[in-house]
Amino acid sequence: MAHAVAQQHPIRLYLVVWGLLFVLSTCSYLVDYFDLEGMLRYGLILLFMMLKAGLIVAVFMHMAWERLALVYAILVPVGAVLVFIGIMAFEADYTFLTRLTFFQSASASGTSP
Amino acid sequence: MLQHTLVESGETQARPAGWSGVAADLSSDQRAFKNVSWGKAMMWIFLLSDTFIFSCFLIAYMTARMSTTVPWPIPSEVFALTISGTRLPLILIAIMTFVLISSSGTMALAVNFGYRRNRAATAALLVLTAMLGAAFVGMQAFEWTKLIHEGVRPWSNPWGAEQFGSTFFMITGFHGTHVTFGVIFLLIVARKVWRGDFDQERRGFFTSRKGNYESVEIMGLYWHFVDLVWVFIFAFFYLW
Repeated sequence: MAHAVAQQHPIRLYLVVWGLLFVLSTCSYLVDYFDLEGMLRYGLILLFMMLKAGLIVAVFMHMAWERLALVYAILVPVGAVLVFIGIMAFEADYTFLTRLTFFQSASASGTSP
Repeated sequence: MLQHTLVESGETQARPAGWSGVAADLSSDQRAFKNVSWGKAMMWIFLLSDTFIFSCFLIAYMTARMSTTVPWPIPSEVFALTISGTRLPLILIAIMTFVLISSSGTMALAVNFGYRRNRAATAALLVLTAMLGAAFVGMQAFEWTKLIHEGVRPWSNPWGAEQFGSTFFMITGFHGTHVTFGVIFLLIVARKVWRGDFDQERRGFFTSRKGNYESVEIMGLYWHFVDLVWVFIFAFFYLW
């Protein structure tokens, strides 16, 4: 199709991003290897994950050069997923608490749950 | 032709920058995604729907893991391998990650060489991508075999919460299926490139569209998406 603008970028850019993805993957593996714990672990996992995802979408999938209308049409609906995560985290927390209460009262009265 | 008029109305009008440009593009009675072919737009919309599917799997996993009162098996130990006497945590998963990222790199280069109309390099890189993808699926099969021998089932496992098995098989199985189909499509596109379909604008057997190197980029979008999903699975299922 003649109207489609070809995504033509220097090969060097792809090689740099490729290298960065390797470095970031190594970093996220080292998080586990050195057995980091607590907020440091989760923070680093999320940081490396978001950086990798961003590089793949922006450069490898050419999102950085697409028209804004397409970028928003694809990326904005993903925000709904974040809301869903929030709702289900809240729900899971509630389920966990009710299970704790139920199993505790069941073991206190001597019946198996 | 209808397509021709669309092209002309789509390309000549200048648009304001930022949000007002988005509103102008989407509210006008014409093609919304200018300078993007429908093939690419459709692939993006498919990938968005696939994002929702994988999100639902990962959210279900989060819900199961957060709400169980039984301890969750420790992935770092479950997926450890002993190689020449040393026990390395998650080593197979790390290798699988590197293989998939390598395949993403070769895919990106294939797209680039395609637009340079370098037929041989594009075909070779596509075949290399497919081989790396097949290697990934092979390692995943090895991992599944190992876990099944160790007694992991969708309903139970030796280490803790029962939901571990069902979420593991569901999420990695669905991802592995995506990789497998990707490998098949990569080989089909590689064959088309090698035969010169995109140089001679040979029409496709299914859509009768003229062949174009943009097909390689659309194939690439799918393949990078598979890699993208693995980034999230790696972070949330294996590292968390």
